[in-house]
Amino acid sequence: MLRVLFMLAWRNLWRNHRRTFIMLAAIGTGVWAMIFMTALTRGMVDQMISDGIKEMPGHVQMHNPEFRDDPSVNNLIALDDAELAARFEDAEFKAWASRVRVPAIVTSERDSRGVTLLGIDPVSEREMSFVNYDDVAGRFLESSDDKGIVIGEKLAEILETEIGKRIVIMSQDPDNEIADRGLRVVGLFTASTSATEETYVFMGKKTAQKMLGIEGATTEVVFLGDDYRNVDPLYDAVVGKVDGNVEISRWYDVNTYLGTMMGVMDGFVLIWVIVIFLALSFGLVNTLVMAVFERIREIGLMLALGMKPGSILGQIVIESMLLLAIGLTIGNVLAVITILPLQNGIDISIVADGMEMMGAASMLYPALYANDMILANAVVLILGFLASLSPAWRASRYEPVEAISKV
Amino acid sequence: MTAVSCIDLCKTYRQGDQDIKALDHVSIDIQEGGFVCLSAPSGGGKTTLLNAIGGLDIPDSGQVIVAGTRIDNMSKGDLADLRLRQIGFVFQAYNLIPVLTAQENVEFVMQVQGMAANKRRDRSFAILKEVGLEGLEGRRPAEMSGGQQQRVAVARAIASRPALVLADEPTANLDSKTAGELMELFKMLNELHGTTFVIATHDQRVMTFAKRLIRMLDGQIVEDIDQRAA
Ligand SMILES: Nc1ncnc2c1ncn2[C@@H]1O[C@H](COP(=O)(O)OP(=O)(O)O)[C@@H](O)[C@H]1O
Ligand SMILES: [Mg+2]
Repeated sequence: MLRVLFMLAWRNLWRNHRRTFIMLAAIGTGVWAMIFMTALTRGMVDQMISDGIKEMPGHVQMHNPEFRDDPSVNNLIALDDAELAARFEDAEFKAWASRVRVPAIVTSERDSRGVTLLGIDPVSEREMSFVNYDDVAGRFLESSDDKGIVIGEKLAEILETEIGKRIVIMSQDPDNEIADRGLRVVGLFTASTSATEETYVFMGKKTAQKMLGIEGATTEVVFLGDDYRNVDPLYDAVVGKVDGNVEISRWYDVNTYLGTMMGVMDGFVLIWVIVIFLALSFGLVNTLVMAVFERIREIGLMLALGMKPGSILGQIVIESMLLLAIGLTIGNVLAVITILPLQNGIDISIVADGMEMMGAASMLYPALYANDMILANAVVLILGFLASLSPAWRASRYEPVEAISKV
Repeated sequence: MTAVSCIDLCKTYRQGDQDIKALDHVSIDIQEGGFVCLSAPSGGGKTTLLNAIGGLDIPDSGQVIVAGTRIDNMSKGDLADLRLRQIGFVFQAYNLIPVLTAQENVEFVMQVQGMAANKRRDRSFAILKEVGLEGLEGRRPAEMSGGQQQRVAVARAIASRPALVLADEPTANLDSKTAGELMELFKMLNELHGTTFVIATHDQRVMTFAKRLIRMLDGQIVEDIDQRAA
């Protein structure tokens, strides 16, 4: 019985070639747009999030509870480097590092700029830094004692300085006295946005502590886990190892904008897929209504011969599902073959300057997730099924006597 | 044995502000193996009566009994089942499903009944041969003449071996030679399988084939002639 329904549905589908091909083109294009645009947006958001997390860096951070309101040297972490090392040395984090992060001013002989000074241990941060040490022009810092300074290329441009020249960095010590020091620029880093290149300057941790008069103390401890989407295990592990007056935050507590981005992205994909489907559904329902109307008499005939209304309904729904299945296949294949060649990134630097405010990089890497594809296909099949119920129901309600005598 | 029994059937249609009595107290009995011609001018009530007997339509009053079962008070689902299992239909036109071949059309009813594929195949081949369409099994309706299409419809109507075949003006769209051949076919099948045939027509030539001729006018039976004697 099901076989005869499939046969009728399949043959009826190819009865009006032109109409079927137009519908397949529409469904294929729609599904392609669903998946392709989702991959582009996912790629953009993924990169924003991973760049943002690298800029923090880490998935979980520890601060003095006051640090968030006043990120200065006055709000040091209650645990000094020796105590931190004792607690975290043999913890199984992917990476962790303590660092000095304070506002500062850099001055060249030409200009000066407000920046965020990072006093770091380059070895322990290598894995989580937004700077790729090997891509740095000149060299990156080599140790906590390094006497050089590494700044962004954009900042070097603004300060009209270069590798080998000296610049002065100036901040406050805990007694609110000026703490400053001249350092030689040893390296220039590049980042995905020029804002980042302007904001951060790197010094050796010990060099910075000495300059600020806070030997052994830091303002920030950063921890890297395995998956930024699942930070709770890392968070719990860190919380379990500390006591006293510190604040532990997940990356999305630190940068709520990025956290929200990740949250709304799933909703966005669903809405996007549904919106495209709604556009398609008009064509689909219209096609089915027309097909059903054209076939009134043969539907009446089948009913007259004793076929059950349910079978008529099934026949139309199967026809619709076959149409959708073929359209989905076309759309999925199109999406994959258009996204794969773009895996190495799309250069969007022409439009990227305007987007940088949002933290978008100038290269866009489409991210094709199986889950997004499954979602798009499931939405089309499920909503397509629901949309075809109404014309199919109408067909199954024909009165055979009236349907047969329609001329 | 009585194949069909109609008792005091009435059916009124409203057209504008006028009531039209399509069936006006009609009572008939049709014996098993009968070959009955229902003759009336156009609008005489033939289709209405056939639809009542075939469970396609329900009369306003009166009883219809087919193969010993009252059907005028059956549910739609039961009526569909009755049509599927007990009755073969041949309509005036548009008898076939366009996307199916001749053979698939013949097998359609049996397939919906759930008959096994090889049994269906054997029967459809045999019956298409009986109705003179050997070799045309794979043609679609659009690739056949009107007469050939009606033969396929007849083959389908008898293939499932129903007790009763109802044909509503089966020759209306055929030329007289083809019409005559179709009637010969009905008669042959009636004699061969003992199937009861009720054929509605207003075609004078067709009536001569009937064993029994029932004449209707304005929804009433006006004459009932046994033609075997003549
Ligand atoms: N669905 C209907 N609505 C209104 N009037 C109808 C309908 N069906 C049949 N009639 C009327 O009932 C009468 C009998 O019709 P019908 O049984 O089709 O006659 P026949 O088949 O002998 O030509 C006619 O006057 C016809 O106009
Ligand atoms: Mg009629």
